[in-house]
Amino acid sequence: MNAVLAAEAGGTTARNLTITLFLIFVAVTLAITIWASRQTKTATDFYAGGRSFSGFQNGMAIGGDYMSAASFLGIAGIIALYGYDGFLYSIGFLVAWLVALLLVAELLRNSGRYTMADVLAFRMRQRPVRTAAAVSTITVSIFYLLAQMVGAGALVALLLGIKPGTTFLGMDAGTAKVATIVMVGALMIIYVTVGGMKGTTYVQIVKAFLLMTGAIVMTLLVLAKYRFNLSSLLGDAASASGKGAAFLEPGLRYGVETPGDALKTFYSKMDLLSLGIALVLGTAGLPHILIRFYTVPTARAARKSVLWAIGIIGTFYLLTLALGFGAAALVGGQAITAQDKAGNTAAPQLAEALGRDFFGGSLGGATLLAIIAAVAFATILAVVAGLTLASSSSLAHDFYANVIKNGQASERQEVSVARISALVIGAIAIALSIYAQSLNVAFLVALAFAVAASGNLPAILYSLFWRRFNTSGAVWAIYGGLLAAVVLVFFSPVVSGAPTAMFPKHDWHWFPLSNPGLISIPFGFLCGWLGTVLSKEQDEEKYAELEVRALTGAGAH
Amino acid sequence: MSTDTPASAPAESAAERYLAVQRSDEFAGLRRALRGFVFPMTVAFFLWYALYVILSAYARGFMGTKLFGNINVALVFGLLQFVSTFVIAWLYARFADRKIDPVADRIRAEIGEVTHERGPRG
Repeated sequence: MNAVLAAEAGGTTARNLTITLFLIFVAVTLAITIWASRQTKTATDFYAGGRSFSGFQNGMAIGGDYMSAASFLGIAGIIALYGYDGFLYSIGFLVAWLVALLLVAELLRNSGRYTMADVLAFRMRQRPVRTAAAVSTITVSIFYLLAQMVGAGALVALLLGIKPGTTFLGMDAGTAKVATIVMVGALMIIYVTVGGMKGTTYVQIVKAFLLMTGAIVMTLLVLAKYRFNLSSLLGDAASASGKGAAFLEPGLRYGVETPGDALKTFYSKMDLLSLGIALVLGTAGLPHILIRFYTVPTARAARKSVLWAIGIIGTFYLLTLALGFGAAALVGGQAITAQDKAGNTAAPQLAEALGRDFFGGSLGGATLLAIIAAVAFATILAVVAGLTLASSSSLAHDFYANVIKNGQASERQEVSVARISALVIGAIAIALSIYAQSLNVAFLVALAFAVAASGNLPAILYSLFWRRFNTSGAVWAIYGGLLAAVVLVFFSPVVSGAPTAMFPKHDWHWFPLSNPGLISIPFGFLCGWLGTVLSKEQDEEKYAELEVRALTGAGAH
Repeated sequence: MSTDTPASAPAESAAERYLAVQRSDEFAGLRRALRGFVFPMTVAFFLWYALYVILSAYARGFMGTKLFGNINVALVFGLLQFVSTFVIAWLYARFADRKIDPVADRIRAEIGEVTHERGPRG
């Protein structure tokens, strides 16, 4: 038996199966989208899915919206290559939900209607606040979109096994990358323009189910291999990594200690703290997450959906431990970096290894690989659809209806503008992704969290809890936090001046940290406070209305 | 906060009504109860999380201490963050169910009788 031939056959099987499964997912989700479009008649249907989802459904959809490829492939990859440090991401991403649960979800649901800005602008002058909120929403969403779409392009060659020099359907790896970006972009535009929030929500629910099932099955297989002994899995992972016990401790990836260079060590540790704070404070300021709270009928259902989301997301991030350490032990760091330097293929490679072990040879390996690769694409699609919906909602409801039309647009006009916006934003995202496909843009996810935590979160918390807050404060907080985060990152080593930077051949960096949160988040809160006290505006009556509505649900939409 | 004043209620503007509710003792109690729970809890979980991140950065020796087998303090500490998140979420749900929802429902019902016909806005 020729091993190479067998591997080739396995590769072709895997490729065909991946494509078949992915096409099934696309067909099912498109059918749902068309069905949802028939149920989408009013603006509330388009923006908020008719507020008809149950707490559990929305909890699943939140999971589907939130657990991105950066979570699934990224965290598993970091753990597989650097060990414990990937776990820091999992924890930050989960604990962040307490901010949403305790401070934001229910109050936002009660007082808002379609977008984040509904709450921010409630007692303010509409135009400046809605403009700022739309700018911030679109910026955060585009950053996040770029990271996901470029990631999808990078993955396709690996997941479909298109090697340099070979072609697939007449495409080499480079063409396949561009084709994938265009396809992902086109699908997300269709989901959003046709299905609106209802269609997008169902896509996210289906994806969450697939992702959880895939992760649970893989975890069970990994654990079964170690007779459910976590300690021996960790031991194997540590020895396979060649780094010993250090692999199971923090410090290989973040907060790295450089002996003899105290300054570098100091910056590296500050960077870890900076990342940690942005992860935990960013979630409750992400517009595509916030609008999910409008899809349920009441604040109580919003609470239930966050509780479900915490359960689902928490379980998932626990599983990433088994996936990451499993990949380290069963695939090995060398085999992973040979495929992808960033480790993004660790989870699919683990699937292949597990399939080979449990389901008989290369065919079993190819099958499980194909399933997990299809799940990864589903994951990306659901997240980009949510992001496109959030930014087009904001462009239509905040900018078009309330800034340009001064609140005089009809529902029908607003929804058509939202659909056109989704098309335009989708097209821009495709174009930018094709341009950025060869650049290292993985940092954009962390940047999206940093902007959300620095600009949006201060504005939301002040809006909901601070009587004195006003238009000037909201505008200052949003632009101040947004600019601080973006400018600091632009002058940081992730954009220039390092081998792993977006522009490795140039160097204009002067800010030493890769993550701006440590500076930009306090700066955003400070701006919000300063802008407020420098302006005399204070609307007692509107604050009374906001507070009473937020806390009691009176007059809720 | 009597609700049987049909003659005078429509004359009162919605804005005045909200202001009156906001200044009522019942609403102040609701606000105090909510803030009394969520603010300290937020501070608590944030400090607990910050402690974890800071120890990960600066107390590597402690975090690397092996407890049993290959399970070290860092892993247990990380898992405890999951446990604390689940527990806080559960505590909040129980608290909101018992202490917030009934009061919020009562106040909303009182307001509803006056502002109902005002229709949606936003």
